Amino acid sequence: MSEPLLTLNNLSCERDSRTLFSGVHYSCPPGTLLQIVGFNGAGKTTLLHTVAGLLPAACGDVRWRGRPIAQQRQAFYQDLLYLGHQVPVKPQLSVRENLLWLGALNTPATEAAIAAALVEVDLAGFEDSPCYALSAGQKRRVLLAQLYLSRAALWILDEPFTAIDKSGVLKLEAAMARHATNGGVVLFTSHQPLAMAEFTTLDLSAFQLSEQPSEEAI
Amino acid sequence: MPIGHDGYQVGTGFKAILRRDLTSVWRNRSDIASPLVFFLISITLLPLGVDPSDKLLAVIAPGMIWIMALLATLLSLDSLFRQDYDDGSLTQFILSPQPLYLTVLAKVIVHWLTTGLPLALIAPVLGVMLSLPAGGYWPLVLSLIIGTAIMSLIGAMGAALTVCLRSSALVLTLIVMPLYLPVLIIGSNTVSSSVAGFGAAQGLALLGAALAMALLVMPVAAAGALRISSNH
Amino acid sequence: MAWQWFHRLGSPRWFYEKSSRWLVWFAPLSIALMLVGIGWGLGFAPIDSKQGDSYRIIFIHMPAAALALAGYYIMAIAGAVGLIWKMKLPFMVMKSAAPIGAALTILTLATGSLWGHPTWGTFWEWDARNIFMLVLLFLYAGIVVLAEVYPSRDAADKACAILALVGTINVPIIYKSVDWWYSLHQPASIKLTGGSTIHSSMLYPLLVCILAYYCFYTLALILYTRREILVREARTSWVLELAQGQGKSNKAGDGL
Repeated sequence: MSEPLLTLNNLSCERDSRTLFSGVHYSCPPGTLLQIVGFNGAGKTTLLHTVAGLLPAACGDVRWRGRPIAQQRQAFYQDLLYLGHQVPVKPQLSVRENLLWLGALNTPATEAAIAAALVEVDLAGFEDSPCYALSAGQKRRVLLAQLYLSRAALWILDEPFTAIDKSGVLKLEAAMARHATNGGVVLFTSHQPLAMAEFTTLDLSAFQLSEQPSEEAI
Repeated sequence: MPIGHDGYQVGTGFKAILRRDLTSVWRNRSDIASPLVFFLISITLLPLGVDPSDKLLAVIAPGMIWIMALLATLLSLDSLFRQDYDDGSLTQFILSPQPLYLTVLAKVIVHWLTTGLPLALIAPVLGVMLSLPAGGYWPLVLSLIIGTAIMSLIGAMGAALTVCLRSSALVLTLIVMPLYLPVLIIGSNTVSSSVAGFGAAQGLALLGAALAMALLVMPVAAAGALRISSNH
Repeated sequence: MAWQWFHRLGSPRWFYEKSSRWLVWFAPLSIALMLVGIGWGLGFAPIDSKQGDSYRIIFIHMPAAALALAGYYIMAIAGAVGLIWKMKLPFMVMKSAAPIGAALTILTLATGSLWGHPTWGTFWEWDARNIFMLVLLFLYAGIVVLAEVYPSRDAADKACAILALVGTINVPIIYKSVDWWYSLHQPASIKLTGGSTIHSSMLYPLLVCILAYYCFYTLALILYTRREILVREARTSWVLELAQGQGKSNKAGDGL
């Protein structure tokens, strides 16, 4: 068993002083494909935000390569690829231009790499199309092209299968599985049943507090 | 793609955001026009509302041009981070190894290039319309160039604080206005004192000092505010 | 060890329980001081040779102005402590300080214009201190409004703290820049060093008034903060116990 890349250490999260879940312990060694499950409002997205460092944890911490992420933001963000619900694709820019600026924030991409990535997401030939002309599904594919461009070790994908057709879903699952085989870690949420064979789940419902007023915390 | 990076070069993202926003603005050129049109129309209305005599206009010209430039800047602030907030670009800015300070700075530079700078450049035309005395033109342009940059920086903080609010216009105005006051006082005094023959050096030096300070403080405050806003 | 008291200071419950005991003697003290100061100033201090009785409003106006400005710094420092050490209590203090400060600025502006009418013949004069107080009111109003409209309380706290901190940098700049203007106001009447321009028979009641205002400010801040604590901690067990205890004994007690 190798050293865990990502560790959730006694993690608790709250929104507006309501505790969503508490005491989550989890270690992700290289090659982990982890699906976060739980009922609506269990805090799936909150957990992903906390792991990405967007939200402070109420208690406990998130560790990357053994160190709390708060102490090594820059190094951690080099290793992180985050795709959320929103689609940060500028309508006025072409597909290539969008991938260039998105890449420049993490892993700068070359023209050839972009062309290759667009083939993977079935958008070959769309390099110069302005994004306002694309459908919702196509815009999401532009984002997914980042999976083939990024060199980040940790992928956090919040509902990546939204608005993607069947063949797209299969390709995406393959990409996630390949990332795990390469020694990466994938955290994701999904409402769809998956065809993938190898993945573990973390059920947040198991970490809910019973309805009791919380003790004061400093 | 293989996993593992070979060091992120700080500044890559800065250049990319500059290029991205300038390209977007260039393709939506009509967006730049709105503060300019506001500036032009309000200055055109002014003599009609008061008194078109040269004497009165010459006295109030520096202040009026400055106030209208301030309002035009204010009008354009809300859009500074709005789109990035709505489409999730903001999250990507935060989750980048690039310091958020630099990203904010890139956004502010584009904002200034597309609002403040054009305002400063057409100000002499409005000066002619308001019969600004001869000595006031260079100080007007120079003070507006520096002053609008300060206002963009302060405005970035206000826009960052209010980007997550549904009706942000009132709050944004309330937050930003008091902070604009010294800029307005120094800026319009620079122009009127050089019209009166006292030179513009002191005022421009003060504006320069204010710009240096705003450059240090405001992007940091705006970055902090964006981290808070991004969660809501 | 040294940090333990500091972190206890950040605990709302600790503050609430301690302040209950402070209020027993602090509230009467500040009210008494206020009555003495105002009574002395308005009733017994001698008449001014130039302004007659109208100068007496200085006993209300001047301490309010001083506190309005000091209050902004108190608010900003509380916000900074909350941001840096991630404590809850300082944010509550910050949020409570904003309306109190705004009220003091309004009081300053109102008494100033009442004083201005007999002295300058106008209720509003565009002089440096008037403008500065008005801007200070806007600064306070920005914080109050921002705290109200923000969707979540935690975010509102941090946003207000950032705004207050940026405001503190700007307050002296705003003051200096409006000071450029030619001022109609009298020169500052109390100087910490050098000779005072007002007679000691007027100075002493003024000093008592300033002290009384500081005490009263602290009292108001404590009461507002206690209210804020109860609102925010309403679901914690200690507040529930407190409410139950008060319900049983049915005493008005020291609750706000």
